[in-house]
This record gives sequence, C-alpha cells and structure tokens, in this order.
Amino acid sequence: MRHFTFERAKSVDEAVKGGAQPEAAFLAGGTSLVDLMKLEVLTPLRIVDVSRLDLQKIEARTGGLVLGALATNTDVALHPEVRRRLPALAEALLSGASPQLRNAATVGGNLLQRTRCAYFRDLATLCNKRTPRSGCDALEGWTRMHAILGGSNQCIAAHPSDMCVALAAFDARVKVRGPQGEREIALTDFHLLPEQHPDREFALSPGELVISVFVPTTAAAARSRYVKVRDRASYAFALVSCAAGLELSGGTSGRIIREARVALGGVGTKPWRSIEAERALAGQPPTKDSFRKAAELLLAGAQPRRDNAFKVELAKRTMVRALTLAAEGA
Amino acid sequence: MKPTITGQPLARIDGHAKVTGAARYSAEVQISGVAYGVLVTSACARGRILAIETNDAEREPGVLAVITPKNALRLPDTKVPENDRVVQVLQDDRIVYSNQPVALVVAETLEGAMHAALLVKVHEEKEPATVRLDDEIKNAFEPEPQSASGKKSADQVRGDPARGLREAAMRIDETYQTPYETHNPLEPHATTAVWNGPDRLTVYDATQGVFGVRKKLAKMFALPTGNVRVLTKFVGGGFGCKGTPWSHVILAALAAKQVGRPVKLVLTRPQMFGMVGGRPLTRQRLSVGANKQGKLTALRHESVSTTSRFDDFLEPAASVSRHSYACENMATSHRLVRLDIATPTYMRAPGEATGGFALESAIDELAHALKMDPLALRLASYAETDPTEDKPFSSKSLRKCYAEGARRFGWAWNKRSPARADGMLVGVGMATSSYPAYFSKAEALARMLPDGTALVTSGAVDLGGGTYTVMSQVAADAIGLPMDRVRFDLGDSEMPEAPRSGGSQTAASCASAVLLAGRALRDKLVRMAVADAGSPLLGARPDEVLIENGRMTANGRTDSFADVVKRAGGAPVEERARAGPDEARKKWSLHSFGAQFVEVLVDPDLGHVRVKRLVGVFAGGRILNARLARSQLMGGMVWGIGMALHEETVYDEKIGRIMTRDLADYHVPAHADVQVIEPYFIEEEDVHVDPAGVKGIGEIGITGTAAAIANAVFNATGKRVRSLPITPDKLL
Ligand SMILES: Cc1cc2nc3c(=O)[nH]c(=O)nc-3n(C[C@H](O)[C@H](O)[C@H](O)COP(=O)(O)OP(=O)(O)OC[C@H]3O[C@@H](n4cnc5c(N)ncnc54)[C@H](O)[C@@H]3O)c2cc1C
Repeated sequence: MRHFTFERAKSVDEAVKGGAQPEAAFLAGGTSLVDLMKLEVLTPLRIVDVSRLDLQKIEARTGGLVLGALATNTDVALHPEVRRRLPALAEALLSGASPQLRNAATVGGNLLQRTRCAYFRDLATLCNKRTPRSGCDALEGWTRMHAILGGSNQCIAAHPSDMCVALAAFDARVKVRGPQGEREIALTDFHLLPEQHPDREFALSPGELVISVFVPTTAAAARSRYVKVRDRASYAFALVSCAAGLELSGGTSGRIIREARVALGGVGTKPWRSIEAERALAGQPPTKDSFRKAAELLLAGAQPRRDNAFKVELAKRTMVRALTLAAEGA
Repeated sequence: MKPTITGQPLARIDGHAKVTGAARYSAEVQISGVAYGVLVTSACARGRILAIETNDAEREPGVLAVITPKNALRLPDTKVPENDRVVQVLQDDRIVYSNQPVALVVAETLEGAMHAALLVKVHEEKEPATVRLDDEIKNAFEPEPQSASGKKSADQVRGDPARGLREAAMRIDETYQTPYETHNPLEPHATTAVWNGPDRLTVYDATQGVFGVRKKLAKMFALPTGNVRVLTKFVGGGFGCKGTPWSHVILAALAAKQVGRPVKLVLTRPQMFGMVGGRPLTRQRLSVGANKQGKLTALRHESVSTTSRFDDFLEPAASVSRHSYACENMATSHRLVRLDIATPTYMRAPGEATGGFALESAIDELAHALKMDPLALRLASYAETDPTEDKPFSSKSLRKCYAEGARRFGWAWNKRSPARADGMLVGVGMATSSYPAYFSKAEALARMLPDGTALVTSGAVDLGGGTYTVMSQVAADAIGLPMDRVRFDLGDSEMPEAPRSGGSQTAASCASAVLLAGRALRDKLVRMAVADAGSPLLGARPDEVLIENGRMTANGRTDSFADVVKRAGGAPVEERARAGPDEARKKWSLHSFGAQFVEVLVDPDLGHVRVKRLVGVFAGGRILNARLARSQLMGGMVWGIGMALHEETVYDEKIGRIMTRDLADYHVPAHADVQVIEPYFIEEEDVHVDPAGVKGIGEIGITGTAAAIANAVFNATGKRVRSLPITPDKLL
C-alpha cells in the first residue's frame, strides 16, 4: 500500500476543497476504497474522510425518498418507508455483500464503488480502466463475471452494484456538490459507458461530493421486486439481477400493465435500465408471455463471450421472474 | 482400566484462549527487533527475470533490504528431501508459474515494506506457457509411486476389465472433472525467522508439521538438524497447504540472515493462490459394468491430474476404486500432465474427495440405468474384503452406516421426486464415503511433576481440530489423572517427534504414543512406589495396585504420584514411548467408511441449488471426543458442499494466472448455503489399526459429499453434471 495523508472533513465545504486536490479520494465506509488500496489498484495520496459529515439522514417525503450520502446500506434497507414504498431497493441492498459490509457501506460509496472485474483488481494484468490505453486482458480472458451489454473494445467490466440497479429502474437523481456548487444528475447518467474511456466511470468532476439521492416513489415502485442470481446463496456478486416494478390497472381478471420499470444488474457495464423493454410492457397483460417478449427485446443486442454466454438466457429468466413476482404483488 | 475421560464430549481446552485472542498464531508471535518482509511476485506464468529495479524501494526510509535473485544469499543445498516440494527462493532468474516470489522487501515496519514493495519494478521476459490440460494431455505420463497414494503403483489391474465390460448387462462410460481448488485456511501462511548466531535458527511457522520444516531448513542452510528449532502453537486451519514448507518459509530465514534481524513474513490472501499449493484439476474416466441384478462385473477408473513443470504431485483419484466395491475385474490408472502452474498438493482427502466424486457419480448413473435404488446397487457389490489387496478389513461398518443413514434420512428412492408447490424441484441422492486409516511413527514424553500433575508432550500440531484436548484426555486416562491435572503440549521440534498433521493421522499416531507413554509413566510410578521403603505400598504387587485420580491403592493402603516423585528427590519422573505401524498391521486393509444422504432444492428456471439437508454416518474407529469429532465431520461435510457447488480456482488460460484470488471471488459456502447438517458416528472397536483404536475423521467428511449432491441434483432435474462445481449456468 502506498503511503498517504489523512484528513477528516468537518464540513461539506471542507470536504469539497480537500477532494479537489490532486490524487485525493473521499473515504466513506471504506469497504471499496480500502480494499482497492490494499490491492494497490488505487493509490491516492490524500484521503479525505467524509464519514463524520452530517449526511446520514433518510427522509420520506411525499413523492419520494431522500437518501443521505452517508446513510448506511443497512439503514436504508431496513427503513420502513423504503420497504413499503420501494421494496426492490430494500431487497437489492439486502442481497448485496454481507451484514458487516452493509453496516459500513454507504449510499455514496455504493454509487461510486468500482467494478469487481478480476483484471481491474490485478496489477499484473492489462486493464484500460486502470491504465488508459494499456490494453485489456479480460476481452480474451475469463469473462464469466463480465458484461454482455454496454461493453466496448476497451472494456467489458460489469457494474457490480445491486443498489444502483434498483435506483436506476426508478428514476433516482443524485445531488452532488463541488467547487462550482450544487447540481443534480440522473442516476442513469451518473455511470458512464466505457466506450473509448473506461477509466472515466462517473459523471463527476474532481472534488464533487455526493450529498444525497432522491428516488420518486411511484405506484410501480410500490409494486417492485429485486431478484438476484449468484453462485452461492449469499455474499456473492450477481451473475444476473433484475429490479422490476409494475403499475397495474383493471380487475384481477383483465389486468393490464399501465407502467413498467426494469433494470438489470450483473450484465451491463453500468446499471442497465431498459426504457425499450418498459415501453414494450406497457399496455400488455402481466403474463409470462409478455414478460418474456420484453426480455427478448432487452437482450437482443447482448454481446456475450465464451464464459458468459449463459447470461443471455439467465437474464431473460431472471427478468421474467422479477416481473412475475412484481405482478403477484408483495 | 477402562478409559473414562477419553470419548467424553469435552469442550476444547484452548477454546477460551482462542475466542479471547490470547492464543497466539504464528503471525502474532511477538519478537523484539523484528523486521517485516513483503513478497513481490511474478506476473507471467513462464519466463525469465530480465531485471528488477530496486532503487526507489531501497531509498525509502526504513527499508533494510530488497532481496532479489541478484543479491540473495546463495543457499548451500536446494535439493528436495523426500515427500517435499520444490521451492522458488530467489536462487535463479527463472519464472516457473504466475504469482511466484521474485523479490522480497524487508523493512522496519509492515507498512513501509508494503509501500516499498509497490516501488519494485520487475521486468520479465515471457515465454510461451500453457495452463490448459488439453494442450498437454498428449504428454501425459505415468508417475512414480508417491507417498500420497500409499506408495502404490500408478496402475493396477485385476481380472479382465474389458471382458467384464463386454459381458455386462449395463454399462456406464463417462468422464468427470474436478476443478483446481485452493485450501484457503482462515489463517494465512506466516513465518518468523530468528537467527541466534550464525548457525542456530528458530522459526515460528504456520505449519502442519514442525519436523518437516526443521528438516528442510536444516538441509537448505546446511545446518545440523539440532540447530534448527521450529514452533507452532496454534494453526488456523491447514487442510494440506501447510503440510510441506513452501518458498516463503525458506525466504523468511534467508532474509533474516541477510539483514541480521529477525524477519516476519506473512502471505497476503492473493499470494496464497499458487505458491502454497492447491488441489489439482482431475479428469477421470469411469467405465463401469453390472449384471441385471446390479452386481458389478467391471470397474475401470482412469485419472489424469495436473502438476507443475518442475515437480510431481499426484492426486491419487483412482485409488478409491481399489477398495470400494466387490468386483472381479478392475483397472485403475493415474497419469500426470505438466503445465505452467505452481505445484499442487494434498488438499483435504486428496484422492478420495476427487475420485469419490467420479466413482460415486458413476455408480449412481449405473443404478439409474438399471432402474435400481442406488443404495441397493451399492449393497449388491458390498466389499466384505479389500477387493484389490485380498486382505480383510481391520474393521468395516459401512453396512451399518448405510442402514443408519437411510433410517435417519428417511431414504426412500424414487426415480423422480415431485416438485414443491412453489415450483422448486426436489431431489435426493446418496454416496459412499471412505478414507484410509493412516498411522505413522510418533513419540511422546510423559512427565510426573512433584505437585502430582503431569506434563505430556509430543511435537504434533493442532490444526484447530482439538489435538490439545483429545491428547489431554488420552493422557489423563493412561496415567490415571483427572483432566485438570494433565497438561499436554505440542508444536515444538524440541519435543518428541510426531508426524505432520496430514492424512487424518495425528489422532491415531499421536494418541497411540501418548497412550503408551502415559501407561509407561503410570507403571513406572507404581513400580517405584512398591519398591520404595517410604511408601505405604511397599511390597505390594504392581498388578494389584488400583489407580484413580493420581492415587494408587492396594490392600487398603494408598500412595500418591506426587509423593512418589517427592520421595525420589523431587525431580520429574518421566517415560518416553514410541508408537508406529508394525508388520502385523500390514495384514489388514485399513479404512474409515461412511454414507451420506442429501436432499436438494433446485430452482428450475434460475438454476440455483440449495442443499436442504445433509445426513452423514461415519465409522472411524474409536471416537476420542464426540463433540470435536462432530465438528470435524461437519466441517468436512461443509467442504463437500463447497466442492459440489462453489469452489473453483479459475485460471486465465491466456496469461496463465489465477483470477480468483480472494474470498469474494473464490467461493466457499456462506452460512446461507449450509442448512441442516447431521453427522453421526458408528463406534468401532478396532484392535488392528493402532494402539489407540483410532482411524481418523479429519477428512472423511468431505468424501462422497459432492457425488451425493450431484446425484440429488440429477434426481431433481434429470440433469447430470459431471464437472464440478454445479453452478447455476450448468443447470439452465
Ligand atoms: C467482499 C465484498 C462483497 C461485496 N458484495 C457486494 C454485492 O453483492 N453487491 C453490491 O452491490 N455491492 C457489494 N459490495 C460492494 C459494497 O456495496 C461497496 O463496497 C460499498 O457500497 C461501498 O461503500 P463505502 O461507503 O464503503 O465506500 P468507500 O469504500 O468509502 O468509497 C467507495 C468510493 O466512493 C467514493 N465516495 C464515497 N462516498 C462518497 C461521496 N459521498 N461522494 C463522492 N464520492 C464518494 C470514494 O472516494 C471511493 O472512491 C461488496 C464489497 C465487498 C468488499
């Protein structure tokens, strides 16, 4: 591990100032940052500890939830209003990591966690995300955990977050503050596709600190579920996951989907919201058949590789399962 | 006298020390003046070190040395002792596997050493390499007999397997594969080396055998064996990867010599993938034939496993077929394939875990083809005597294990179990477990102190299984003392020699030596008492002296151990004993057996398998402590779940490097994967196996488990997975 200096920010302004310095990094729960520092993948010179800032609050407003950047994953997952108004988010958080990690991990840190691509995490391999233009060993390598959507010839690293998948499906917006002041970024714009610059992962400028996340809580959000498929029953990143929400109209016999929300995890280079699939579902009956059709549509452009070809079918089935559960209602 | 303490389910005596952190593991040993070593490892799988830039690292404050092949001390003797592994200790510029040590930074602090290690730049010249079995299988070769397979030859044939297959009413001919696996004990490998003068070395090492480490260090540094002392008081799991001293052990001693300071070297988790061994990949072909009644007519088991370019480790996967079923026509063979990987090594139940998966899957396939209950098929070819060696079993209670397991589990065989209301598929499966009963030479020293307590020592190692506790129990009974007046100590090469803790042999070997030493001490004390003019027992016949709680009684008169010692001048009274296999033992085939039954739930759409219930019944001779033995079996069964569903060390085949190098990517079962686990024993009286009557239970728990689970998955889904682990994608 490289030597670094450590400062604890006493205010948001102080944090922003510190974070704007060269080679600085914010420290929240530390579960992603410190891990990568130990692997020497991240070697910041200056650690700005933001964990004591007063940004832990979770507020339930009419029309939506405001999640403080420092609210822990556990606190968000167990919050009664989150569970009631956006069950998919609670389920997504609880399906991630382990209780110990969730107790330390924060909303802001989860938004900015880095990929679990094994090549990104290994200095002995080539990685364009770590070192721009150096090459990528993953492309022809072990791709079981890699993305089948949104990859480029530079990078196919999957986005690892469960929380972000649920937030992406439900139009969350991220409030950030930087040296230039405050602004809001749609969650679906917050994470960038790798394209030719996989080293650029977030729509953030130096020093910009996440303050909070706002999620509108709609009817579809209230009828939402998160399904995660992984290699063991707990404590594993998603092979495939799906956040789905439905607003239904009509009686029990002739129900119709008024609005659908779908995002996939484990398969995209960013949390994979599909407006196209959502449109295809609108106006359809909530049946396996319509779900499967929408899933086919979503995955039509998938670009699987040797080890992750199974994800195409698995993603479809996972999406059908999540939509089925959402239709059944929690 | 009947043992009263041995067998009791006592809590481990070191439990308190462990949960309070008082137990010092090797990395926690406090040595004043210690410096810290951090390894730098290779990126490529095969090649040469062109240059190592060390200037930046050397300039860092607190850095004592950056040791590379250029400036490393030359070791006088790097030849490998028998049963040991070739190590890479900075003596040349060759790179023979990825993640191999290529430099070692030593600094005043751990942080300083880590930081400096990051500044070391290694330039490698890559050479073509492969880690793909298929690339090299054409060069498969027949290995020399190895101790891992009981020094048996690689190939064995009995009868006419080809004819047996021809004449069979039903045949199965399938290939099974088990992946590379990595042991991943919780405790990392750690070595602290201290030189006391130019030719005396003390090493605190996380090892399964202090004597093996001593031997290797003495040889490599050309020291008299007696000048090297190795200590290991607590080990946080070994499972085989601490069975032989690896490169880092030698490097710690080398660095300590070079910088003239004690050096502590602890491997990081990623460094534990490769240089300290792992389970090799196996590919096994099973050809099995049976008549209409399910009696086996032929059994052929051919195994290929991987090893490194520079050392032979044989995974004896086909050996299990040599002892399992009555069958006239049998052939087993082993081949090795060299790849550009680090040398694999023993991993919990080497051979039986991997071979058992293939054999017990094939048996299940055969039963299915014959539309027979797989348990009935196994009973139809029950081996009453060892089918290969034509010897009787010293004891074998497998029939009882099957019956008891079936009863406890509620085994009722259906061709297909009905799905549950929630759509989950249900399946049941079973398999046989077995593991050889090893017994090696061991010595123990028993000492009676003037306060009437005994100190018994043997240089064994407690891997966490409870050696401290069970040896104290055996010693207490042997001497005639209560538990709280016996102290058993281990883990020091200055103590009487014991074998390395591997092959489930420590309980058998060490307990036998402790038993003999304890009895000898007791008898000596009795002899001293009856010959002692100051003793109330003067003149009594030794065989009429009764012993209880440190008191000797005969004809209504008593004396105590403490008084005997005091009257003799107060110096401890001691006896040493040695136990070990004799000629008579060779007349027997010696194995533990068991049966495992499992129920699984499978998500038919998403492919997730959940092991709902796992019942195992095992017969492993005498059980020294039922509570600890249960934990051992349970741990083995959990490993079996991991082997079946989760564990796989994945290589990138292009760059020849392990890509699953931490416990987030290398999966072992999480709590949620482990539902109901029920281990049971059948107690056996076995007078042939060893003086303690112990067969060992550290490894048998993992054998058969993966097959039982795969068989249950087949029962649930109709899909036969022949390549572990059974991940969701294999069931889509
Ligand atoms: C073993 C393991 C398993 C895991 N499994 C899962 C899983 O299954 N699913 C899943 O979704 N996640 C998983 N995670 C990831 C986990 O969710 C993240 O590590 C965690 O959410 C990060 O939060 P943190 O507060 O600890 O972030 P930190 O490590 O403190 O920070 C992470 C990054 O965010 C930046 N940052 C933090 N706060 C802010 C802020 N307010 N503004 C701007 N930048 C900020 C930091 O500078 C850093 O770059 C796992 C992690 C581990 C170690």
